[in-house]
Amino acid sequence: MKPAAFDYVRCETLDEACEVIAQTGDDARILAGGQSLVAMMNMRLATPAVLVDVMPAPDARKVAAENGTLKIFAAVRQASLLDDPDLTWRNPLLARMLPWVGHPQTRARGTICGSVAHADPSAEIPLALAALDGKVILRRGRKRRSVKATDFFLGMMLTDKADDEMIEAVTFADVQQGTGTGFAEFGRRKGDFAIVACAALVSPMRVRFAVGGVNDTPFVRDWDNLSPQDDAEALNALAWSLDARGDLHATARYRRDLVRHLGAQALKEARSCAV
Amino acid sequence: MPKDGLHQTMLRVEDAPLLTGRGQFFDDLPTPHGTVHAAILRSPHAHAKITDISTDAARRLAGVHAVLTGEDYASVASPLMVGVKLPIECWPIAQNKVRYVGEPVAVVLADDRYIAEDAVDLIDVSYDTLAPVIDPLKALADDAPVLHDEMGSNLGADRYFSYGDPDGAFAEADHVVEISVRYPRNSCTPIETYGVLTRWDPHTRSYDVLSNFQGPFSIHPVIARALNVPGNRLRLRTPEDSGGSFGIKQGVFPYIALLSACARLTDRPVKWVEDRLEHLTASVSATNRAITLRAAVTAKGRVTALDYDQVEDVGAYLRAPEPATLYRMHGNLCGAYDIANLRVRNRIVMTNKTPTGLNRGFGGPQIYFALERLMQRIAVELGLDPVNVARDNLISSGAFPYRTASGATYDSGDYQNAFDTALKDGRYDALCQKRDAARAQGRLYGIGLTVAVEPSVSNMGYLSTALTPAERAKAGQKNGAQSCATIAIDPVGSITVQIDSVPQGQGHKTVAASIVAERFGLEPGAITVVAAMDTGKDAWSIAAGNYSSRFAAASAGAVRIAAGRLRERIAAIAASQLDARPEDIEFGNGKVFIASNPEAALAFARVASTGHWAPGTLPEGIAAPMRETAIWTAPELTAPTEEDGINSSLCHAFIFDFCGVEIDPVTHEARVDHYVTMHDCGTILHEGMVEGQIRGAFAQAVGAALYEEYAYDDDGAFLAGTLADYPVPTVHEIPDLTILHTCTPSPLTPLGAKGVGEGNCMSTPVCIANAVADALAPASGNVDVTLPLSPARIASYLPDEPAPPEGIAQPRPGPGKGLSGQGEAHVGAAPQEIWDLLMDADQLAAIIPGAHGVKRLSPTHFLADVTLGVGPVKGRYRVQVGLSDLDAPNNATLTGKAGGALGTGEGSGRVTLTPDGSGGTVIGYSYDAAVGGKVASVGGRLLDGAAKIVIGQFFAALGRRAGDAPQPDGIIARMCGWIGGRR
Amino acid sequence: MRRLTATERHPVRFTLNGKPAEGTAHPRMLLSDFLRGVQGATGTHVGCEHGVCGACTVRIDGAMARSCLTFAVQIEGAEIDTVEALAPAPARLSVLQDAFRKHHALQCGFCTPGILMSLDTLLATESQADAERIRDVLSGHLCRCTGYQPIVAAALDAAQTLREETDNA
Repeated sequence: MKPAAFDYVRCETLDEACEVIAQTGDDARILAGGQSLVAMMNMRLATPAVLVDVMPAPDARKVAAENGTLKIFAAVRQASLLDDPDLTWRNPLLARMLPWVGHPQTRARGTICGSVAHADPSAEIPLALAALDGKVILRRGRKRRSVKATDFFLGMMLTDKADDEMIEAVTFADVQQGTGTGFAEFGRRKGDFAIVACAALVSPMRVRFAVGGVNDTPFVRDWDNLSPQDDAEALNALAWSLDARGDLHATARYRRDLVRHLGAQALKEARSCAV
Repeated sequence: MPKDGLHQTMLRVEDAPLLTGRGQFFDDLPTPHGTVHAAILRSPHAHAKITDISTDAARRLAGVHAVLTGEDYASVASPLMVGVKLPIECWPIAQNKVRYVGEPVAVVLADDRYIAEDAVDLIDVSYDTLAPVIDPLKALADDAPVLHDEMGSNLGADRYFSYGDPDGAFAEADHVVEISVRYPRNSCTPIETYGVLTRWDPHTRSYDVLSNFQGPFSIHPVIARALNVPGNRLRLRTPEDSGGSFGIKQGVFPYIALLSACARLTDRPVKWVEDRLEHLTASVSATNRAITLRAAVTAKGRVTALDYDQVEDVGAYLRAPEPATLYRMHGNLCGAYDIANLRVRNRIVMTNKTPTGLNRGFGGPQIYFALERLMQRIAVELGLDPVNVARDNLISSGAFPYRTASGATYDSGDYQNAFDTALKDGRYDALCQKRDAARAQGRLYGIGLTVAVEPSVSNMGYLSTALTPAERAKAGQKNGAQSCATIAIDPVGSITVQIDSVPQGQGHKTVAASIVAERFGLEPGAITVVAAMDTGKDAWSIAAGNYSSRFAAASAGAVRIAAGRLRERIAAIAASQLDARPEDIEFGNGKVFIASNPEAALAFARVASTGHWAPGTLPEGIAAPMRETAIWTAPELTAPTEEDGINSSLCHAFIFDFCGVEIDPVTHEARVDHYVTMHDCGTILHEGMVEGQIRGAFAQAVGAALYEEYAYDDDGAFLAGTLADYPVPTVHEIPDLTILHTCTPSPLTPLGAKGVGEGNCMSTPVCIANAVADALAPASGNVDVTLPLSPARIASYLPDEPAPPEGIAQPRPGPGKGLSGQGEAHVGAAPQEIWDLLMDADQLAAIIPGAHGVKRLSPTHFLADVTLGVGPVKGRYRVQVGLSDLDAPNNATLTGKAGGALGTGEGSGRVTLTPDGSGGTVIGYSYDAAVGGKVASVGGRLLDGAAKIVIGQFFAALGRRAGDAPQPDGIIARMCGWIGGRR
Repeated sequence: MRRLTATERHPVRFTLNGKPAEGTAHPRMLLSDFLRGVQGATGTHVGCEHGVCGACTVRIDGAMARSCLTFAVQIEGAEIDTVEALAPAPARLSVLQDAFRKHHALQCGFCTPGILMSLDTLLATESQADAERIRDVLSGHLCRCTGYQPIVAAALDAAQTLREETDNA
């Protein structure tokens, strides 16, 4: 389990990283926290010819609160965001979900943007991004485009990012005051990828519900009006409408069961703190 | 004052080096100059003929010294010997045919492991795949694929045994209760993997091997025979420290043979460290077993006979010491129960899975899973309290030593006392009350019980029970279990002890030091114990090693005997110098003195070193106390009798477990609420270590009960290739444990101790399963629960899920083989146009995702190089595509077969073309694919999605070729750009 | 921007256990292999090389991290601490190490260095860490010998001792 050979490029700025990626395209990958990529390289599932290390770039470590969003740049580690004392009030859902990402040892290295780029449909950060009206800011050279999270994730580990683009930053919409949030997840073990994870945001205007681990991408559903007594029915319909499949860890039926049960928990939690 | 003279709470002498990074594990030790590093190319197929191995590109890579195959191995070495007569050859590397995923096919030797793995990727192997057989019962069918042509079937052995009068007992029974169970493959997976460092000396024609092999050293002659050298030309050494084994490191031995042959072929020292993917895929595991067990039962629940029908799946080869897993418990098949009549049928079957071997519990988990599930079923069917059924069948207190139906002698015990002691103080009643309260609220809460006998110190003759009495007579008698210990006294009177138990973390050095210190009146810290084994210098026997919980009962006993003999000699010397009788001499505080006159004392070091400095002063008849080797076996370990009676183990500890388990209403997780384990393991030599053994085995057993399985799909692909897919529990998943003890010392071992290391691996999986079955009973009735009891499996035992609301169709299940799916695409062209595209190989080539370099073999067959990728996972494959069952322009079958470094895939799809009534075509498709190799075992979660995407891409390309806009919507088209890596 | 070519070894300068250290590595060399094979610091163990078992955990710039998921060239200029640095003196044990010994929190000792690095980091930064917090950090490690309970007990005991030492100082 040793990685194949690659050139390593240490970047001091985001511009440099963008440049290398734009030039090298398909054969290059951004190295951020490396917590998924290096494991895949050790298994030789991934064999990039060039690794572009964005972590030494100071401008990639920014976290900016702007326009009602939290903008997180490419080199921000999961642990450092989790340590941010403002996160709890600014974005209680993200604060609630981050401790479920891996283990302290992987969060210390892993980045927010790296998890988005990896696009594992069972991972919490892509789910949070989809639930929180997230956007992905992609750069090709000096050109930027912003893609809604729900358009960004295309499939298991597949995204709208082109090979010559890199994720410069992602944005999470702040949770509005009065909006209640809830989260429930189940994995086989502490720190495992979720079998199913459910996030909910409840405001007077609407109920938003997001599910990870079932479809190939995070799934988001908005209900204009959903009263608590209708939760069970709505969740059952939702569970059946998803593309639940069986694998080594769970059956399709079990995934639907979890959508119904964890979904109810997440909605209940969100309602309990909604104003 | 230490209990039994031993330092029960003494700190472990092993710990300080291990805590400070000074351990001497295999990979921490230096390598000789010129060592080359090995990587192994392994089969991605469960069953296939090797038609060609092309190694040129790998050999040409800079830094590569050699690429060796099965043919090379066979030029200098032989197959691995098997204990049971079978006409098959068991090679450590494939010869012309592969029989399991992960089987070695080629070995690369290179300057370092990184380069060796580069070269492995450059080896090109052509396979003709064969139908695999994975399920042991299906492997017995007449039409099953046969693994070993020489055998004609997959049945390796079929033996019947009868003890007492089972026919009579069943004829007279008030009830016959039967249960059929499957025990899955699992492994205690040590965190340190296998390692081998091996050298060949062409002058002395001898091998020098360092490996974290754990024993039994009965494997030493197997390796020597495979390497075509006498035993004295195979020096096998083990490092001082081992990173856990639990039986598994017995399974390194085929690699010792393989890599030693490589060292000889290249005349270089060869080092190999197994990686985790190799370990999970291709080391050893517990056997999976299918058991039908019947009991003859009286109206009051007394069991009068048992009838076992066992089918043991040993994997692709019967590898030494198998079929030992099936026979290790042979003397104990009735567990802790007094059952005089027993019938057994034991079959050994080969399937396309990794060969099995030692794993903690070794045969116990399989037996007790059947037996204790049956006992619970008896209670349920007869409407009795499981506690009473268990208690009424226990061997009674006065019956020891107790002779079992199949010939074991239970050395000591008081099962009823242990049973009652565990139940009292309200522990059990509290669980019952909890269950009542939970059930009243509609919660699923159950209680499970297990009673078990934990055998230890295996009789080296038990395996010959697998042979018929006539075969045994021909092969020669085998019995006993020699333990060896050597104690040396140096010129300053300090003491070094060599043990033969090859510890894997249990703390044997501490206990040995404690035993020797007690005998000599010294501080344990003053004793040095060496655990590293060296067959070239140390005393050892075939029984040496770390298995069958033999240390406390046997190896520690040999230490005690050796120390006792030296003590006698030192006492005699002291007596002569102090003018006293030897029996009046005592040892304490570093002195040797007269018991009645402690003032009359000599320094221990002074007396003990007499042999070095002044042998002329030794009393007559007293040998110099410089070195003593004790070799001990119990006379009770006799060979199997003519009637197939076998005392399979020397010691028999008792375990009684009970637990309460609740099924989580949200997640359906089985959560152990409270677990009590009662042990009678005879004399305890060190309290902390006994507790450590119990807790460790319990944790592994919780893994086996609820989490872990070496899972294969029906096509033989291995699915649990990473520690994400083989979910070893973390601290969060292990419940707390109440440990209780009673003690009836073994009369047969030097210290009265019995083994304790494996018991909970035997008792706990079924105890939890019984509790889960009990919890499910109110909702689901009698459930034949299967391990591991994952939440998804538990959910499947529960009543149906809510139906889909109107308007949402229930998803159709796929054909059920590997990956499968179906779908529809709409194309603006007419069926005939689509048909023409599909029938034109050149056009088809352009449609196949990621194809480059297409070779046309026939109008309906061609070969393509294809690059396929999903996200960062990108690989190059050679794909063969064929068209068949042609019905123009309506439907056709496409078959494809792909192979590459990341794995293999085979699949077929049926395509139907239906006019849509407006000039276009609805293309319907269904596919069924099987994926093997690395991608299947480490990227399982990736595959379904990938298959969907590749097929979507295929039809989108087809639509484009037919002059259509991308179909069915923009997303597939966008995704297409990413697959194959080009936008 | 610096490009380190795949085919060559490149110098890596960093601080190892408080002392300046240097070695050369190909870009693809894992930190775990670099520490063990190039630096000779074999106390850090390799168990899975895919980030699950935790045996290879070290401290990188003060944070617990998997050395098997980090390349040696990434630690240029970083401060690395390994199990070899935990004891205050060659023949002594740290409070945490001593608690491990006292509670039988290790058997084979192979996973132990990684666990010690995580718990040492935890206790250094969160002196009030309770059982739940300890279990949270410990969940990033697999141990096959002990059943974990003694490890939790050792960490709690060490935390208490360290608090007392701080109070008495």
